[in-house]
Amino acid sequence: MLLEYAAIATMIFVTALVAVIAIVLGVLFGPKRPTDKKSMPYESGMNPIGPGTRRVPVRFYLIAVLFILFDIEVVFFVPWALVFKQFVSQSQGFFVFAEMTTFIVILLVGYIYAWKKGALEWE
Amino acid sequence: MTQTDFFTLLPAILLTLWACALLLVDVFTPGAHKGRTAFLAALGLAFTLGVTFLQPGEYTGFNGMVVRDGFANFLISLFLLTGLLGVAVAYGYLRRMGIERGEYYSLMLFSIVGMMLMAQATDLLVIFIALELLSIPLYVLAAFAYPNTASEEAGLKYFLLGAFSTGFVVYGIALTFGATGATSIAAIVAATAAGVANKALLLSGAALILVGLGFKTALVPFHMWTPDVYQGAPTSVTAFMAAGAKAAGFAALIRVFSSAFPALAADLTPILWALAALTMILGNLVAIAQSDIKRMLAYSSIAQAGYILMAFVAFGSDLARPVAISAALFYLVAYTVSSFGAWGVVISLEKEQGKDLQIADYAGLGKKFPWLAAAMTLFMLSFTGLPPTIGLIGKLYLFRAALQGGLYWLAIIGVVTSLISAFYYLRVVLTMYMKDGQPDVARETWLTATIVFSALATVIISLFPAPLFDWASRALLMVMK
Repeated sequence: MLLEYAAIATMIFVTALVAVIAIVLGVLFGPKRPTDKKSMPYESGMNPIGPGTRRVPVRFYLIAVLFILFDIEVVFFVPWALVFKQFVSQSQGFFVFAEMTTFIVILLVGYIYAWKKGALEWE
Repeated sequence: MTQTDFFTLLPAILLTLWACALLLVDVFTPGAHKGRTAFLAALGLAFTLGVTFLQPGEYTGFNGMVVRDGFANFLISLFLLTGLLGVAVAYGYLRRMGIERGEYYSLMLFSIVGMMLMAQATDLLVIFIALELLSIPLYVLAAFAYPNTASEEAGLKYFLLGAFSTGFVVYGIALTFGATGATSIAAIVAATAAGVANKALLLSGAALILVGLGFKTALVPFHMWTPDVYQGAPTSVTAFMAAGAKAAGFAALIRVFSSAFPALAADLTPILWALAALTMILGNLVAIAQSDIKRMLAYSSIAQAGYILMAFVAFGSDLARPVAISAALFYLVAYTVSSFGAWGVVISLEKEQGKDLQIADYAGLGKKFPWLAAAMTLFMLSFTGLPPTIGLIGKLYLFRAALQGGLYWLAIIGVVTSLISAFYYLRVVLTMYMKDGQPDVARETWLTATIVFSALATVIISLFPAPLFDWASRALLMVMK
């Protein structure tokens, strides 16, 4: 059984090898003429406005948590929607619908709570 | 969801709905009236308790993933009682400490739902979900005195170690699944009986589940978090956590080990033996060195877990198991009422967050507040296992169960450590009556009611233990097929 994995192992090894060779060749033979502009974190992007370790407002954190919550809610909707018709054809539509309604109502409570607590306000 | 499914989870469903509603009521309640949510929470708990009594009986729901048998009904009632006492001690305390935020009671209700599911689960995955549902609100509650640093530290510590121990449970479940191809207790039993289960894997799985549940019940050597968390958390949370989370951990431990793993008893009994002995010895010995009452009670709660585990060590014997389960259930009730009483006294002396928590601060209580000191004496006697308290009767049942299982040495360790424990419990009594001091206490109706209720229950059940013990003896596990 382990032999079946040999092909995958070979592929991982070859991929890694190719990547390492490409990097090593570049380091060995590539010309290096650094300037101030080139050494910036984003060479052709925005100019940095401070060090990378400065403090970030926690608002981002709250919004991110809320996003994960409601994102997962949507993730649950999709498989439910896909099998919904099968359940309807077995005349269990109401049952499945009620289950999802329960789920949404519980999330709705959380939503109202987050709203009233001001978690959705920027300032 | 069929009607049976509905009745199986009826208490949990009711309490979940109530907790959600409470959360909404809370956000629409102005800050000065947050105390109202306490009354609503108590109402919901009392209502659920009533429904549980009116609608007992045995149900199996969700394809055998949850059951409501005598065992579950007993524990559900105990958890609801824990909740009611928890609300009662918290009501005045939160106001006094200036941390009266409405989420407290919703979080508590959610945690109680988790505890109920722990007692009802007959599938390892449901136990995992119940464990999380029980723990996550407790992590938040432990840090509830934010921005008090001790409380924040307690919350973070509890969260990190709790998440770590949950990892053990999940790994144990995975190994058990690897060994038997199933997570439901009935299928594990079937696979073990058919001899298709890989024994080494199954044993590792059972051991890892034991580690995780040992963390929740604070067994040595998984007890490290207990003193710090109990000390740092707001005292009302500690009271609730000490009684509820421990009982829930034991509920799952008893259900899983006596239903799913009796075939492994020969290998697991020595492990449980060592855990029980270590817990009793270390809990009681370290408690002696404590000068802070919250830490002392934390170590005492570790030691009490050791006594409950002691009865359960011989879980493989068909003769000893029912005796052990009823003794453990009885003792959980005994521990719940006595510990709520003791924590109630601690709360009435703690006028400011973290103040007056040394045992030395109890000096003079006997002269100035004789009734309060008498109640505290009663709870200390109950923890020690002296008459006239429920603790004595509970310990008698536990020792009887241990002897029934042939655990003579363990019973001897239990008796000796009980004697040792008398030293630090009675030191509190001695300080209250023999030393001079000017203690001051907060007077709150509901706190007083809790202490009076606990004191009465401690004495009355010790005089008439038969009804409760009969109930505990009838609270049997449903046989899984």
